[in-house]
Amino acid sequence: MDYNEFRHFADSWGLVYLFVLFVGILTYTFWPGGKKKADDAANIPLKDD
Amino acid sequence: MKYTATVIALAVAAVLALMGAALGRDDLFRAHSGILFFILTAAAFFLLNRAPLSVPTDAGAIPFRGAGESSPAYIDGPIRYGVIATLFWGIVGFLVGIVIAAQLAWPDLNIEPYLNFGRLRPLHTSAVVFAFGGNALICTSFWVVQRTSRQKLFGGDLAWFVFWGYQLFIVLAATGYVIGVTQSREYAEPEWYVDLLLTIVWVAYLVVFLGTIMTRRESHIYVANWFYLSFIVTVAMLHVVNNLAVPVSFMGSKSYSAFAGVQDALTQWWYGHNAVGFFLTAGFLGMMYYFMPKQAGRPVYSYRLSIVHFWSLIFLYIWAGPHHLHYTALPDWAQTLGMVFSIMLWMPSWGGMINGLMTLSGAWDKVRTDPLIRMMVMALAFYGMSTFEGPMMSIKSINSLSHYTDWTIGHVHSGALGWVGMISFAAVYFLVPKLWARTQLYSLRMVNWHFWLATLGIVVYASVMWVSGITQGLMWREYDEQGFLVYSFAETVAAMHPYYALRVLGGGLYFLGALIMAYNIYQTIRGRVRDERPLVSLAPQPAE
Repeated sequence: MDYNEFRHFADSWGLVYLFVLFVGILTYTFWPGGKKKADDAANIPLKDD
Repeated sequence: MKYTATVIALAVAAVLALMGAALGRDDLFRAHSGILFFILTAAAFFLLNRAPLSVPTDAGAIPFRGAGESSPAYIDGPIRYGVIATLFWGIVGFLVGIVIAAQLAWPDLNIEPYLNFGRLRPLHTSAVVFAFGGNALICTSFWVVQRTSRQKLFGGDLAWFVFWGYQLFIVLAATGYVIGVTQSREYAEPEWYVDLLLTIVWVAYLVVFLGTIMTRRESHIYVANWFYLSFIVTVAMLHVVNNLAVPVSFMGSKSYSAFAGVQDALTQWWYGHNAVGFFLTAGFLGMMYYFMPKQAGRPVYSYRLSIVHFWSLIFLYIWAGPHHLHYTALPDWAQTLGMVFSIMLWMPSWGGMINGLMTLSGAWDKVRTDPLIRMMVMALAFYGMSTFEGPMMSIKSINSLSHYTDWTIGHVHSGALGWVGMISFAAVYFLVPKLWARTQLYSLRMVNWHFWLATLGIVVYASVMWVSGITQGLMWREYDEQGFLVYSFAETVAAMHPYYALRVLGGGLYFLGALIMAYNIYQTIRGRVRDERPLVSLAPQPAE
């Protein structure tokens, strides 16, 4: 794989991969049922000492 | 004897260092090995003479190490040492900063060869970033990961190795700079053998941190730990790639980088900017996401926003480095890429700042009544300001004015003194009474003095550097009607003198605040409480 093929792979499939991953994370984060879990997680530091 | 294995390891290492001091290929390597030999020998003798069980001097006091853990469920010894080291290196770093600022204003202060600007400048940057900031990150991460995982640090005494190994790295790096060992890479000046030491220590740090997370008793990994972990993992990657080099000899202090030309420049700024992004930002955001809710006594404003903050920050930051190489031999598309990703960073940065500040929503009175909260709010304000300024400066047309001028120095100090410094001070003020089981700090009024001295110092520093930087940039690009440069370079240097003198003042105020902090912390550890009027009276005032 020479430089050009490598770069072409990075700016097409690499870009798609990272973008889909990011959109997936956002979807997961804001999934409607997640509110309760997020509130529980936010209280972790306040639970002890 | 308790430390048999450690003493033997130190003795073996000392013998190897002595061989380096005798057989090294160059003077610098021999001198550096000699320094290492003395440190290791001193450490071995110190451990040999140490009584196996230290008796606390006054009842109820918690020694640095040993029987009296502040909480039996956690390992807090290395954190107590880490807090002290943070303060110590902070004061050293700020002091060296004042010295080099004075050297720029009054060049006669350059004392050749050991104490000239070229050698002291990396000493300053490494001392504040890696020694002060690094110790703050390591000790707070050990505290946070144990509390939010409800689990003891993984690996037992490995945490002590991380602490002492990191201090050894700092001392070797610092002594190297002064005697003249450098590979001349920005924020990565230590030569190959010191880099190898840091790699080993860093892997141990990763094992301790990740091991604690993997054995956690809390089902969710709290967001602060994500930030800390991304800091540890990314810094490992950056450090290894940026420092790929071939030593001239295994007994010599000189090495050559694996990269050349513009690839080398890009590697250095990929490292350099992500040192800002992952060391000075992500790590300290981990600190903010724990200590801010803790001190305010309420959960973070939006946990989901903190997750978006985390992922968008790490997705974007890693690409921003090329903005340090605008108008250089770096291909145009790479420069534009760096600029675009820097501008996109506005969003997660401000999202995170708002998330931190809004944690106080409904409790804004704490800014008035609690100097620690005030410090954290000021830290977030500077985080917001410097993450606004940074993307703006990465825009090519603005960069053509700001680059290579003091504006950049002002920008980096508003981030480092304002954001990194303030959030670390607040974390240390929070931790010390808990670590030594004290009911309160020695003096809240002194925290308040520290807050105002530091804030005033930063404001003086940053505004002076704006004026100086923009003046410099405008003078450099001033042409007359025939196309000649109006000012010689020496004229632009002379024009900076008043600003450089004022910068010493700004740094001095910040340093003074740190000295007050050190005294306050010292008295707190001794268990004293200052007899003083309360900072705010919570009782209602009678109408007059």
